[in-house]
Amino acid sequence: MTSITARLNDLRAQKRKALVAYVTAGDPHPDRTVELVLALERGGADIIELGVPFSDPIADGPTIQRGAERALAAGTTMRGVLRIASEIRTHSDVPLVLFTYLNPVLKYGLPALAKDAKASGIDGVLLTDLSVEEADRHLEALRAHDLDTVFLAAPTSSDRRLELVAKYSTGFVYLVSRAGVTGERDTLSGSAAPLVQRMRELTGLPLALGFGISTPQQAGEAAKLADAVVVGSALVRVVEQGGDGLEERLEAFTRGLKEGMK
Amino acid sequence: MLEQQPDASGHFGPYGGRFVPEILMSPLDELEQAYRAARQDPAFQAELDRLLKDYAGRPTPLYHARRLSAKLGGAEIYFKREDLLHTGAHKINNALGQALLARRMGKQRVIAETGAGQHGVATATACALLGLDCVVYMGEEDMRRQRLNVFRMRMLGAKVVGVTNGSRTLKDAISEAMRDWVTNIEDTFYVLGSALGAHPYPMMVRDFHRVIGVEARAQMLAATGRLPDSVFACVGGGSNAIGIFHPFLNDRQVKLVGVEAGGSGNGQGQHAARYQTGGSPGVLHGCFSMLLQNDDGQVSLTHSVSAGLDYAMIGPEHAFLHDEGRAEYVSCTDARALTAAVEISRTEGLIPALESAHAVAEAIDRAASAPGQIFLINLSGRGDKDIDIYREHLPELEQDMVTNDLNYRPA
Ligand SMILES: Cc1ncc(COP(=O)(O)O)c(C=O)c1O
Repeated sequence: MTSITARLNDLRAQKRKALVAYVTAGDPHPDRTVELVLALERGGADIIELGVPFSDPIADGPTIQRGAERALAAGTTMRGVLRIASEIRTHSDVPLVLFTYLNPVLKYGLPALAKDAKASGIDGVLLTDLSVEEADRHLEALRAHDLDTVFLAAPTSSDRRLELVAKYSTGFVYLVSRAGVTGERDTLSGSAAPLVQRMRELTGLPLALGFGISTPQQAGEAAKLADAVVVGSALVRVVEQGGDGLEERLEAFTRGLKEGMK
Repeated sequence: MLEQQPDASGHFGPYGGRFVPEILMSPLDELEQAYRAARQDPAFQAELDRLLKDYAGRPTPLYHARRLSAKLGGAEIYFKREDLLHTGAHKINNALGQALLARRMGKQRVIAETGAGQHGVATATACALLGLDCVVYMGEEDMRRQRLNVFRMRMLGAKVVGVTNGSRTLKDAISEAMRDWVTNIEDTFYVLGSALGAHPYPMMVRDFHRVIGVEARAQMLAATGRLPDSVFACVGGGSNAIGIFHPFLNDRQVKLVGVEAGGSGNGQGQHAARYQTGGSPGVLHGCFSMLLQNDDGQVSLTHSVSAGLDYAMIGPEHAFLHDEGRAEYVSCTDARALTAAVEISRTEGLIPALESAHAVAEAIDRAASAPGQIFLINLSGRGDKDIDIYREHLPELEQDMVTNDLNYRPA
């Protein structure tokens, strides 16, 4: 059992919901990421999604795009992200999901990445633009190193596609709550609940709901539906504001989200 | 069989495919089904043919450039005159096809990306014609380079959205259009402008441009009684090139030459030639193909004097034809393209689009050593949209030159 599954099982046994916090590795600088991740954990994040910055992030809205630009400008590389992961591991055993576009992975070489990611303490991988159709030949390498493979399900997914997503996912399934890119929204989308329901019928895996969740209230609503709530852009925005006491503010913001989920 | 690509899942050999976030997978399935149904439907094909003929101006002529051929003293040069089409470039073939498909699918809102502005203008035109709403994404750098086309799109009733991300060119405009699409899938059709992106786009865009090669092949046989020895086309994403190449794929004796943008030099960021320094297979905008990228898998910035060739990835079918050895891909620098543009302006009275000038340059360079051969060049567009850039790069022409100085070379 991976540490992602163990963590989610624990929470489930305690009838608690997981907070999954996204951070772009290297934003604003690779030297800062470890501290920011530890702040997220102190604030109550149960799982960390470590985002690999990419030059052309088509699934992301402006906030995360800017985060990626800052990280790349600060010299962040895939190797650098893995170094950050190992550094986090010397301080914490919080489960880490590598959240990345496919191209940097292909360039690194998938078997090499799977091996190095595992050695760096990564527990699972989510490839944003890898569909289940194209996944077969990529999964083997990840599984060989005992990495969870998380896939996205969307409100637009057909039933057949949801079945495949359920089949290929391990650890948890990431449900995209709305049609759109990442970014903060005022309300939880009406398409979230039906998607959760459809997926529940197909799998016993924990379900995480994300995209557009940015306030404690929305996190609370999402937590009523799913087993885990993913927050990204709202956290990246706190990082973007920067300034003194960033770690404390990030921790406080995270705590607020977690409170909302009680 | 070379011409029977892609396979059922959109692969041209190892290239192509569908690498997009899950949210786009079902809409792409739906698009593919709708396209396959339309392709089988005689009524759809008849309406497209009618518009291509009466509205866009097909068939375009095959023109024998006698003065240029004589001057070069080698191959006989023929131009396929896509520059004569309505809106000034081949792009209208595909824009009309996809806009008709949008209407057939009941999508009232159309979005597009554009680099040189030609695809944006073609899409805005097709939308005006069919009564569809049109939003065009364009990098701000390209808006500056192609001001005239920005105005044309607005005059046609389209909304032009400037993109300020990244390099502010075509690649960023495509990213932004894809973001719009995922957000507005229900009522929106994305008219992609080159033989790029996720399946079914590379196949569909090729099919809509195949008419170029089908006509040219028949016209060449009628005019000369034989096939050309070489066919030249510029390659940005590769739509005009695949359109003219495809009907010749089984004519093994016909050389197919794709010309990429060699830009201002060989270094990273100085060109957009994927088979030059810095190109390797990768995934961008939903497609696996040859990509200009750095060692860490970040997409490189590109440069070309011609906005329409300024893109980091070559279409997947070209990557396949390259590996199969069926087509060759070479590059042409900004300077050679400018020289070729002046050459055919003065020798033939044809001011070409800067993109097309790249193909012309390569053919000109090979002509002298190919006596007795026939060269077919796809003149994908005319130069009206590029006059500002020509002026910028050819300042000496702001004054009268010696009339008809055919030996003139840009400084
Ligand atoms: C006249 C002309 N030719 C060629 C191109 C390049 O596109 P493609 O490689 O898809 O033909 C463009 C793109 O804008 C164009 O305007």
